[in-house]
Amino acid sequence: MSQITPEDVSHLAGLARIALSEEEISKLTGELGAIVSAVESIKEVATQDVVPTSHPIPLGNVFREDVIGETLTTQEALSGAPDHDGSRFRVTAILGEEQ
Amino acid sequence: MSDITHVSAAEIARSLAQGEISSVEVTTAYLARMEATEGVLGSFLARSSNALEVAAASDQARSRGETPSALAGVPIAIKDVLCTTDMVTTAGSRILEGWIPPYDATVVTKLRQAGMVALGKTNMDEFAMGSSTEHSGYHVTKNPWDITRAPGGSGGGSAAAVAARQAPVAIGSDTGGSIRQPAAFTGTVGVKPTYGGVSRYGVIALASSLDQVGPVSRTVEDAALLHDVIAGHDPHDSTSIPTPWPSMADAARKGSQAESLAGVRVGIVKQLVGEGISPAVKQRFDQAVDLISAHGGEVVEIDAPHCEYAVAAYYLVLPAEASSNLAKFDSVRFGLRVTPEGNPTVEDVMSATRDQGFGDEVKRRIILGTYALSAGYYDAYYGSAQKVRTLIQRDFAQAFEKVDVLLSPAAPTSAFPLGEKLEDPLAMWAGDLTTIPVNLAGIPGMSIPMGLAKDDGLPTGLQLMAPAYQDARLYELGATLERLITDRDGVMLSMTTPEVI
Repeated sequence: MSQITPEDVSHLAGLARIALSEEEISKLTGELGAIVSAVESIKEVATQDVVPTSHPIPLGNVFREDVIGETLTTQEALSGAPDHDGSRFRVTAILGEEQ
Repeated sequence: MSDITHVSAAEIARSLAQGEISSVEVTTAYLARMEATEGVLGSFLARSSNALEVAAASDQARSRGETPSALAGVPIAIKDVLCTTDMVTTAGSRILEGWIPPYDATVVTKLRQAGMVALGKTNMDEFAMGSSTEHSGYHVTKNPWDITRAPGGSGGGSAAAVAARQAPVAIGSDTGGSIRQPAAFTGTVGVKPTYGGVSRYGVIALASSLDQVGPVSRTVEDAALLHDVIAGHDPHDSTSIPTPWPSMADAARKGSQAESLAGVRVGIVKQLVGEGISPAVKQRFDQAVDLISAHGGEVVEIDAPHCEYAVAAYYLVLPAEASSNLAKFDSVRFGLRVTPEGNPTVEDVMSATRDQGFGDEVKRRIILGTYALSAGYYDAYYGSAQKVRTLIQRDFAQAFEKVDVLLSPAAPTSAFPLGEKLEDPLAMWAGDLTTIPVNLAGIPGMSIPMGLAKDDGLPTGLQLMAPAYQDARLYELGATLERLITDRDGVMLSMTTPEVI
């Protein structure tokens, strides 16, 4: 049984930028522990000599002609944004007070 | 003529070609069927506002002698994971509620160019994470065979819509079985093409090395006709296969006329017919195998030992890739933004947005994927899972030296009751054991109906698997088996879905 603590889940949630509630952290701690235990079995066969597969169908380098294609207009790119100033996406302060 | 919603897409296409019916009439019939049944089933998340105009345009084009494809004028439902500029696209998630994409997925562009008439966007588990469509951020979709049962997932909306005659054909996407398992649960046909066979451009990514778009239909020929419309190289998708494809429709028609299965070598994957397969599904599977033997096919048992590790490997590869792909839902470029009180930084806004916008299953998989990719665990988890992919590919490669196609049940059970597995993610995931190896290996897979289960009277699915690039082989043999099963039963199962209302 792998040891997943609430602190681990809290740390992962920070990395993943999800503001989990205490209740969610508690639930996920148990679930993640069970899941990690269930997938441990792959280590039995994933030995040193096996090459990992990142892509199921081997393709060489994929190039295209270096020509300008159709792109979105600024208005199209901004069309789904929660907030923008007409030419740029608008977000709240990047840095907090302590930074 | 008889109700146009009771016939195959190929039959609709023939009627359109012969001028017996117009696309407007066909589309009107399907919209009426949708209107009448949607309150019970909940297959759709959005409906097209201009389907009849598109149908009229198709009729006008035909009157000018223009028929851009074999399916011109035929209506279609589209899984909500594909971007459409004229319909809201959410991938079943609240974080994208109301979003209208600024561009069409390449598959959608191809459907438009083929003259097909989009009816709406179908329900799905949020970001395609799930096997029952219960993880949709919007509503539950019912199985038309029994509305207390799940239609499968993640593409339960597309499968239910086609089974219930709300649409003659639909588009699905399959990352670990999301086309084939719902097909099995609803008595329809579903195909996951060879990885790279159909463009992923404009398809909201779940796990990029596994995702593949494919057809959902009631007959093998219909799936083949739709496959021919959507397949092919796309410069916008760098994983798209550049080699041209043969006609799947020709393969299906050839198969449907085959007199026998003499010379066809069929392998039964030992690891996919044992533990976890329900007795009723196993009985139907054995009957299908007997049918193949009785018609001259050679059946051998195949040992693919690493399939036992497929589910575990999949639930590391998928969350890892998903956690990365879903990072883009950060409240900046599209979708929801939740601003906490006080003086929040952009990071606080992102974190609050993602907590509110994502459902439980999505959060679970993002956290798991983040764990599998984090420093110190990467090699042990994501790296090991990628090695299992290699081992499964080797198992399949060795198998295909001996046989032309592999067979298994498409799903280990018939449709389970709604709610049964919702609180037990590991039980839900275990149900993907028959479909997952196909995605990990990148090969094509098909599910066709193989009869009703003896215990609950619900549909069961037969899965056919072929080597990469050999999708046509699935259509040829699939069409033969579909005909043999129909001859045996005296009726085509996919045409006998209950009326619902």
